[in-house]
Amino acid sequence: MTARTTAQADIYAGGFADPAVASAHAFRAALDVMARPGTWRSLTGAQAPTGLSEAAATLLLTLCDPDTGVYLARDIDSAALRGWLTFHTGAPLVPAAEADFAIGGWDALMPLDQFRIGSSEYPDRSATLVVEIPAQSAPNVTLTGPGIKDSARLHLPDIAALQRNAMLYPLGVDLFFTTGAQVAALPRSSQITAEG
Amino acid sequence: MSEYNFAYLDEQTKRMIRRAILKGLAIPGYQVPFASREMPMPYGWGTGGVQVSAAALTPDDTLKVIDQGADDTTNAVSIRKFFQRTAGVATTEETEQASIIQTRHRIPEATLREDQILVYQVPIPEPLRFLEPRETETRKMHSLEEYGLMHVKLYEDISQHGQIATSYAYPVKVEGRYVMDPSPIPKFDNPKLEMAAIQLFGAGREQRIYAVPPYTQVVSLDFEDYPFEPTKADHACDLCAAADSYLDEVIMDDAGGRMFVCSDTDYCRSRRAAGHVGRLGTEAPLSTGPEAA
Amino acid sequence: MYVAVKGGERAIDNAHAWLAEERRGDTSVAELSLAQIREQLKLAVNRVMAEGSLFDPDLAALAIKQSRGDLIEAIFLIRAYRTTLPRFGHSHPVETADMACDRRVSATFKDVPGGQVLGPTFDYTHRLLDFKLAAEGDLPEAPTAAPRQEPTPHVTSFLRGEDIIQTEPHSDAAPKDITREPVAFPADRATRLQTLTRGDEGFLLGMAYSTQRGYARNHAFVGELRIGTVAVEMEIPELGFAIEIGEIELTECETVNQFKGSKTEPPQFTRGYGLVFGQTERKAIAMALVDRALRWRELGEDNVGAAAQDEEFVLSHCDNIQATGFLEHIKLPHYVDFQSELELVRKLRREAETSTAQEAAE
Repeated sequence: MTARTTAQADIYAGGFADPAVASAHAFRAALDVMARPGTWRSLTGAQAPTGLSEAAATLLLTLCDPDTGVYLARDIDSAALRGWLTFHTGAPLVPAAEADFAIGGWDALMPLDQFRIGSSEYPDRSATLVVEIPAQSAPNVTLTGPGIKDSARLHLPDIAALQRNAMLYPLGVDLFFTTGAQVAALPRSSQITAEG
Repeated sequence: MSEYNFAYLDEQTKRMIRRAILKGLAIPGYQVPFASREMPMPYGWGTGGVQVSAAALTPDDTLKVIDQGADDTTNAVSIRKFFQRTAGVATTEETEQASIIQTRHRIPEATLREDQILVYQVPIPEPLRFLEPRETETRKMHSLEEYGLMHVKLYEDISQHGQIATSYAYPVKVEGRYVMDPSPIPKFDNPKLEMAAIQLFGAGREQRIYAVPPYTQVVSLDFEDYPFEPTKADHACDLCAAADSYLDEVIMDDAGGRMFVCSDTDYCRSRRAAGHVGRLGTEAPLSTGPEAA
Repeated sequence: MYVAVKGGERAIDNAHAWLAEERRGDTSVAELSLAQIREQLKLAVNRVMAEGSLFDPDLAALAIKQSRGDLIEAIFLIRAYRTTLPRFGHSHPVETADMACDRRVSATFKDVPGGQVLGPTFDYTHRLLDFKLAAEGDLPEAPTAAPRQEPTPHVTSFLRGEDIIQTEPHSDAAPKDITREPVAFPADRATRLQTLTRGDEGFLLGMAYSTQRGYARNHAFVGELRIGTVAVEMEIPELGFAIEIGEIELTECETVNQFKGSKTEPPQFTRGYGLVFGQTERKAIAMALVDRALRWRELGEDNVGAAAQDEEFVLSHCDNIQATGFLEHIKLPHYVDFQSELELVRKLRREAETSTAQEAAE
């Protein structure tokens, strides 16, 4: 078997075993974390060929299709990942400024203001970022707002940038954080207070 | 059920609805446009709620469907049957047992939990629609947070009737930003809109989805000197004696005899099962109908 | 003792059984076959296909049978089925200039290349009940002529030669699909036309009629009405070229409307356009008139406040499946909201009575 056919096999592998049921479970995890900012949930079912966590891969297969533009940040962009995403979702790859979904590590995704934040009449026409993080780090912010009973805690890669995003409310981007098989979310509606 | 995909909708439609739900949760109270599909039941009969439920259901869910608070009203029966057939999910009439509750016109009396989702069927999602019929205008008002028209309307009520003459679909402001229609629930239910469960609203014909995450601030519009007042019939339930539940009025005979019973049938049943007896009630029957009192 | 009404499920099952029985009617009368509906109630089939947005005469016939002839119900059945179908792609634009015409008339020129072809029309039938149809029997064969082989050019193309009719901008951009994207206002023309072509025939007829009676009058002539079949071609990515996947019957109407000119445009003729599945000419003409009325903004005309000029009004209310669903939903129980109104009205009355009594006492 040549290297090329191996890579191609990777492209076809890693989809949902039972798409309707797997994506239903995955969506519930996504729903739950978006409704409860700062909460971590397990998110499993899909395997991307290289460099993408199971949680991020599962999220992409659950939410992306030919109707959504996807931006792959340079740190995770690869021919294999492009092939996998195209084969499994049919989502067109687009520049950051047009993306419905943007995936990558925080630094590679920056600057934050290159993504769509919606318009005042259609604030929903905004990007959703899937930020790959190395691990669940110790929380550095306290979150309050919709979905949060008293307060929640989370580790954010750049507190000031995300506070600016929250200031744009009701405009702004919404974020998922993924690592391994875990996912958490930060909608634009959360107020962010730095700890310590 | 093999003729159709799990929960009836195709996967691409579900993804489109799921994306709308997530944006809805991120912008509480804002109506997200979505390309509502024709469903095998008529527009106006819960197609929005059904699409939201179909996009949210997993095979592990237990579904409860109520209409006017009751599980056995014909349209609730019909929607429940639809999901039994197309999703094969377990169903229940017990609020406590349900993981997803689809409702029309009521919020259950029992306090909902964090692990529950309440899906509302919404006929007209736009709270400003009866003041301004044009979508282009109301969209502008929401974008500018220009809700003066709504306050004027409520104030005119007060000057004309001495009080706010809106008794259901009473408008609320969500997290201090968007004015939202809570669907035609009686205003008695408005205080319950701040809850632990996730609330999702689907308007099929009008192609809008919106959401209220748990613990979101939901304030019924009012004035300092005319504060919002949740009201109900001034009676206790004649079957279970509940004094804290919303009541249906039932006409008993030609002479105008009336009784009042809980609109939430499961709440009434569970109270009777626990031994509460109202003016005209007996203990809840387990399998046979109650004896004439 | 009060027992709440139960047994919704049994009531529903029984109602369905009764409905099935009523649908069949008197069993001593032969049952309708789908082929009979498809062949002999073809205009009903066409309307169901057009407003159902699905070109399939057999399914439309089935829907008509299932709905007992209630065409809006039949359209609903087709829409609900259509929405479950996978989407494989989209066709090339059909070329109506290449239509094999069964009917083709122009009200603007006495004769045109391709000729006036009346086709199977009711137009000059005297509307006298034909009692011969009540009896079964053979009918005489209609005379035939050799079909025209060359394409039939559009009548408006002759006006275009003289540069006296407005030129429509050409675009290869993919139009929005109203079944996949919610309509937002202001809507572009492609969105408007898509909405109108599946809109309710009666609604469009009324709207179009209102423009003729002066509510945004736009002086329409039927430049051309043509009915016939066109080929549908689709690009197959695996093949790399387009192949013909079938033929569909269409009715196309182009109106020619007087236009006095505006600040930016010289006096010329303008167009309204109707294109509908099947032989559906009332609908196609109505669509063209309403399309033209909705174009006031792009043509720099005045909005006189007529209903047919109001795109939000027209597009939001022309869909009969949306309309009938919402209209009929008021049959559903509303006792919760009614109860809250009842209490409110009682309270208002009590307070009014109290204040009247107080005034009387004073």
